[in-house]
Amino acid sequence: MIRFILLQNRQGKTRLAKYYVPLEDSEKHKVEYEVHRLVVNRDPKFTNFVEFRTHKVIYRRYAGLFFSLCVDITDNELAYLECIHLFVEILDHFFSNVCELDLVFNFHKVLVLP
Amino acid sequence: MNPFSSGTRLRDMIRAIRACKTAAEERAVVRKECAAIRAAINENDQDYRHRNLAKLMFIHMLGYPTHFGQMECLKLIASPGFPEKRIGYLGLMLLLDERQEVLMLVTNSVKQDLNHTNQYIVGLALCALGNICSAEMARDLAPEVERLLQFRDPNIRKKAALCSIRIIKKVPDLAENFINPVAALLKEKHHGVLITGIQLCTDLCKVSPEALEYFRKKCTDGLVRTLRDLVNSPYAPEYDIAGITDPFLHIRLLKLLRVLGQGDADASDAMNDILAQVATKTESNKNAGNAILYECVETIMSIEDNGGLRVLAINILGRFLSNRDNNIRYVALNMLMRAITVDAQAVQRHRSTILECVKDSDASIRKRALELVYLLVNESNVKPLTKELVDYLEVSDQDFKGDLTAKICSIIEKFSPEKIWYIDQMLKVLTEAGNFVKDEVWHALVVVISNASDLHGYTVRALFRALQTTAEQESLVRVAVWCIGEYGDLLVNNAGMLNVEDPITVTESDAVDVVESAIKRHASDLTTKSMALIALLKLSSRFPSCSGRIKDIVVQHKGSLVLELQQRSLEFNSIIEKHQNIRSALVERMPVLDEASFGGRRASSLPNTVSTSNGTAVKLPNGVAKPSAAPLVDLLDLSDDVPAPSSSGGDFLQDLLGVDLAPATQSEGTSQAPKAGTDVLLDLLSIGSNPAQDNSVSTPDILSSAQDHKPAIASLDVLAAPSLTQASSSTASNMMDLLDGFTPAPPKPANNGPAYPSIVAFESSSLRLTFNFSKQPGNPQTTTISGTFTNLSSNVFTDFVFQAAVPKFLQLHLDPASGNSLPASGNGTITQSLKVTNSQHGKKPLVMRLRIAYKVDGKDVLEEGQINNFPRDL
Repeated sequence: MIRFILLQNRQGKTRLAKYYVPLEDSEKHKVEYEVHRLVVNRDPKFTNFVEFRTHKVIYRRYAGLFFSLCVDITDNELAYLECIHLFVEILDHFFSNVCELDLVFNFHKVLVLP
Repeated sequence: MNPFSSGTRLRDMIRAIRACKTAAEERAVVRKECAAIRAAINENDQDYRHRNLAKLMFIHMLGYPTHFGQMECLKLIASPGFPEKRIGYLGLMLLLDERQEVLMLVTNSVKQDLNHTNQYIVGLALCALGNICSAEMARDLAPEVERLLQFRDPNIRKKAALCSIRIIKKVPDLAENFINPVAALLKEKHHGVLITGIQLCTDLCKVSPEALEYFRKKCTDGLVRTLRDLVNSPYAPEYDIAGITDPFLHIRLLKLLRVLGQGDADASDAMNDILAQVATKTESNKNAGNAILYECVETIMSIEDNGGLRVLAINILGRFLSNRDNNIRYVALNMLMRAITVDAQAVQRHRSTILECVKDSDASIRKRALELVYLLVNESNVKPLTKELVDYLEVSDQDFKGDLTAKICSIIEKFSPEKIWYIDQMLKVLTEAGNFVKDEVWHALVVVISNASDLHGYTVRALFRALQTTAEQESLVRVAVWCIGEYGDLLVNNAGMLNVEDPITVTESDAVDVVESAIKRHASDLTTKSMALIALLKLSSRFPSCSGRIKDIVVQHKGSLVLELQQRSLEFNSIIEKHQNIRSALVERMPVLDEASFGGRRASSLPNTVSTSNGTAVKLPNGVAKPSAAPLVDLLDLSDDVPAPSSSGGDFLQDLLGVDLAPATQSEGTSQAPKAGTDVLLDLLSIGSNPAQDNSVSTPDILSSAQDHKPAIASLDVLAAPSLTQASSSTASNMMDLLDGFTPAPPKPANNGPAYPSIVAFESSSLRLTFNFSKQPGNPQTTTISGTFTNLSSNVFTDFVFQAAVPKFLQLHLDPASGNSLPASGNGTITQSLKVTNSQHGKKPLVMRLRIAYKVDGKDVLEEGQINNFPRDL
């Protein structure tokens, strides 16, 4: 089960956050900060899966943006990697050659997608 | 126009915020914008409401508080236009979560929207519901959603299915209603609906066992057929990803089949063919293919046993392992860990690959591989595996070393075929990574060493050599120092050589050198230094020629600021100087430690407390002392109970002098600074009073009430007897002090009830009343009080009447008094007996009010009072 989807840039700003579990605002900030720290320091040679608290984070880097998905331990990671890629392709189609600014200015459209 | 009025377009606001250079600027902009929005809300501005909400959502994403916008969302949802509704629902999903009570207000709007004619609006409502509905909302709106599961538009059906997933997660009871519609969904052609239907089905099965049964019987074949069609289907452009038609559908189907097949043989049979087909046909050069294979393998592992399929699965995993892509390897390692429980043999075949993975540069892979190796170890392959691991230990990173060391140590401990190998390997580990080795591990090593008596010589020589090369690792130093102390003579005489050893010549002074350097090293901590001191003591007895030199070394610590070292140094010094005659007896070989009882040591272990001597009456709960004492006590085998973490000179004495104490009496210690030599001195001073010595050394066991109290009583008696020599009575007083710290009441002899002190219940200028208490042994609630009245004045009291009153929880019974005339000036007394029963015994003490009436010279006198000073446990 997906717990949350985060889109963050390299500086740590969250461009998109969709939560499927209830969390307080302060917790959300903490989570975003921790995930960013976890993900930004990983070498590209390493696996795309990291353990995070009691769940897993599956992430992929596209240009300057990190797409992170937090899922349960028992889920199939490779399938979620495909999910991320599908999502990116959809964004691409929707905005025709999407870039980060598109996401910033049209966040309300992006939010409906996932 | 004011750029920050509600007329600002969303884009402009975003641009303005992004143009800010500093955080303070940004905060200012946001604040102004929020103020404008708040003003607009207050005015109930209709036109720009959705724009304002969009701005608010952006601000929320930046991290600012936006609670004031929540009601706006509701108003927007209630408005008729689609764009407003859309923004309203979006705001709802973003700014609220299911725990907010505001959600309840939305329920009605959502209900209306669910029944709307415009299917997009229906879609919106379903979406929002699916994201954040709470349990009550779910209950209210479930019938609507069910109905929508059969809507004509596939998109709506899809959304309704997603929504239902959330509903049954929140309210599992509603699951039954959904079973039938879902069965229909499983036959869909549209992939979107099919996927959601399958997911719904999976969740239903998780939530409700009846659903599971139902689907198992009815739908398994259908699902297998669907999967087969999917696998065999030709290229379909709308669902294609990397050459495979809709891998997501593949994966979900496989997952559902797994849930259905788990634990059920028939269902599993039906799936076997298709699983085999998927496993063999899917291409694995792309991630999508690998994802499918992964899911397939997981399914095969979970369903009922089928040998051929399992072999197939493990082969796939083996292929994964040798893949270059880290992700795949990680996934394979994960799966193999689960597969090991099923079929260990097959996994053994891949052992070498797994070992390679332990050395990988990626931390996650290393961790997984290490765990897998740990599971793989058995008696046959332990030697080569350990060799590999120990070799790797030398080159691994610091943070990984800790884990690796722990694992290696447990492997060695569990599977060591012979003692010599065990000792060898542990020495290697200690040399490399002694600092990471936990205390229990090297304690265990010491136990094993002491048990392997033929290997003593070998061990001590190996340790000596190891110390020559590296002296950095604390644990190594400690073990070495202990061994050299114990077996120093074997070291020097080259006794017990095994044929694999090279001879080395070690002189006595070399051995002492080594121990001395252990003490002198700046980095040695307290434990090491203390162990070194006692090793020196042992060596001074075994190597009499070095005795003088050892004494000098020991004396250097006389003035040490650390209490433990100072004490040891003083005591050992005095032993060396004055007590040569007993020294050799003192430091004889340690008795062999019983491994079984050592292995069983855990929370029940009670440290011994030992009283002090030399006037240093130390009763400090001394955390510092504990680690230093640990090795000693661990090595000392207490008669039956398990060894305890702080040393006891008492047991030291027992072991050495063969004193046999029948019950293993120990007592709780907040560890006093325990010393090894103290009871030696005690013994010295009280030589000749053997029983006293025994008992003074044994301290009563407060915690084990099952034990015989006699020795305890005996010791208490002995402690009270003045015939003891000075030292033992000082011991006694110290031990009594100790005892005071723990339980207040000493163990009671079984015959009489306990004795309570008598109290002066009432005293005035002319009268005193004393109460004496006693209780029947079997009846703690009832106290018999015998009251004695004494006349303090010089007049005679006549017509003496005593009355008493007690609160409700007490019952009072007064016996008749012995008389009613009280002679003057204490020449005689009146006694009266009372019985009080305390129904709140233990919780409330006794209280009593008195009224005493008597006549003095014909005049009536009345005295009243209240007794509050009853002993508490009456």
